[in-house]
Amino acid sequence: MTRTLRAAIAAVALAASGPALALNICVEGAYPPFSETAVDGSIVGFDVDIANALCAEIGEECALVKVDWDGIIPALLEKKCDAIVASMSITAERMAVIDFTKKYYQSPPMMIAAADSGLVATPEGMAGKVIGVQRGTTHNAYLDKYYGASEIRLYASQDEANLDLAAGRVDAVMADSVALSLGFLKTDRGAGFVALEGDFYEPEIHGAGVGIGIRKEDTDLRDRLSAAIDAIRANGTYKEIESQYFDFDIYGGEN
Amino acid sequence: MHADLVILNWHLFASGAWMTLQLTFLALAIGFSIALPAGLARARRVRVVSPLINGYVYLFRGTPLLVQTFLIYFGLAQFEWIRGSWAWTFLRDPWWCALIAFSLNSGAYGTEIIRGAIVTTGKGELEAAWALGLSRRQVDWLVLMPSALRRSLPQYGNEAVFMLQGSVVASVITLQDILGAGRTLNARYYLAYEGFLAAAILYMAITFLLVLAFRGLEGRYLRHLRPRGVR
Repeated sequence: MTRTLRAAIAAVALAASGPALALNICVEGAYPPFSETAVDGSIVGFDVDIANALCAEIGEECALVKVDWDGIIPALLEKKCDAIVASMSITAERMAVIDFTKKYYQSPPMMIAAADSGLVATPEGMAGKVIGVQRGTTHNAYLDKYYGASEIRLYASQDEANLDLAAGRVDAVMADSVALSLGFLKTDRGAGFVALEGDFYEPEIHGAGVGIGIRKEDTDLRDRLSAAIDAIRANGTYKEIESQYFDFDIYGGEN
Repeated sequence: MHADLVILNWHLFASGAWMTLQLTFLALAIGFSIALPAGLARARRVRVVSPLINGYVYLFRGTPLLVQTFLIYFGLAQFEWIRGSWAWTFLRDPWWCALIAFSLNSGAYGTEIIRGAIVTTGKGELEAAWALGLSRRQVDWLVLMPSALRRSLPQYGNEAVFMLQGSVVASVITLQDILGAGRTLNARYYLAYEGFLAAAILYMAITFLLVLAFRGLEGRYLRHLRPRGVR
């Protein structure tokens, strides 16, 4: 009697310990071309392909978990996933909460506006104008620091900010240059919009490239993924994925 | 738990509370001024107008407030001719979009509340008025409407609380209301719930005041309906 009970409890405990083998990866799904939701509901993009390639490299089975940008770091901390592959810049602010692998790409920030707007992208030039940005990004922090004279409008996703730029509700939008040029400027919706002149890159704010977010205690996973990034760059997998999305080098130099 | 961060950023929540109160009370006021004539017309089954109002009520009670707000904010912006029209001066601004959606929504619910209160007016009340020789207009404005409005108070109190909670929708179209302030706090410090918790406490406090206000109104205007002998 006691033995069957004990066996039953053991069986339940085993079942409850859940899918320990699969690695859950948090992705966003609203940041084209890095991460976007396809018509059939699946998530595709550069981030997703890199995540899959890295999983194959370290021999883990991976499951993608779609999480809104707002809640993506909390989701990692609450173990809803084990790694964030969502074009997240490695910054000191975030390093206080989570850890990162080495970078897997790096591209500079950019501000875009209507071609006929005649706007100058300096804080003085944008005074009194409305700038849209995704909440909680490095670009949000940059605008907060320098563009106090502009109205900063915060969006939950980059897609929504782009929609409002096209609709004329905001005068300009700031985000990553690749996400803006391929995710908006080169699409039908982006006709009539251009990148404004200016160098907005500030290492303290924008960080040293984009890495994979990992919980601080998972140093082993961090090191394996960092090694896997080197490995797919060495064996040509990275180049193969890169060429599907970009006709330029998105990795930048080693740092 | 980082209560210090909430206190340190109190101004975020203060301006958020102001935004929430503004939208809620303006929407309730505009909604009520829609509901009053619309409810009366529905109760009277005014020809042509009544079915139209019925359609409006059905449309706004049949769809979620979030969807209505999205359609007004993102939906209307898709049309070139709307962006070129005078309406765009309002629809361009997320604040106006939220106010329009909230007012129309509250108006639809209010219409049904007022209609219900009118049709359930005691027959004896109206017969007494007619027996006094009051004209139809006098019966309407001296007996029927005051009585119906008093009896609609408890339900309207409910609607006010629903509108307050519903106003969180404003934060998805970039407005910094109480929930927006909570989200911004969470995003700025990578917190999971502190911002939401602070927002929840604020919403609860405002709800408490709303309930208190309506209880006061009910105590004053529904005194005649209290069971005899109960103080």
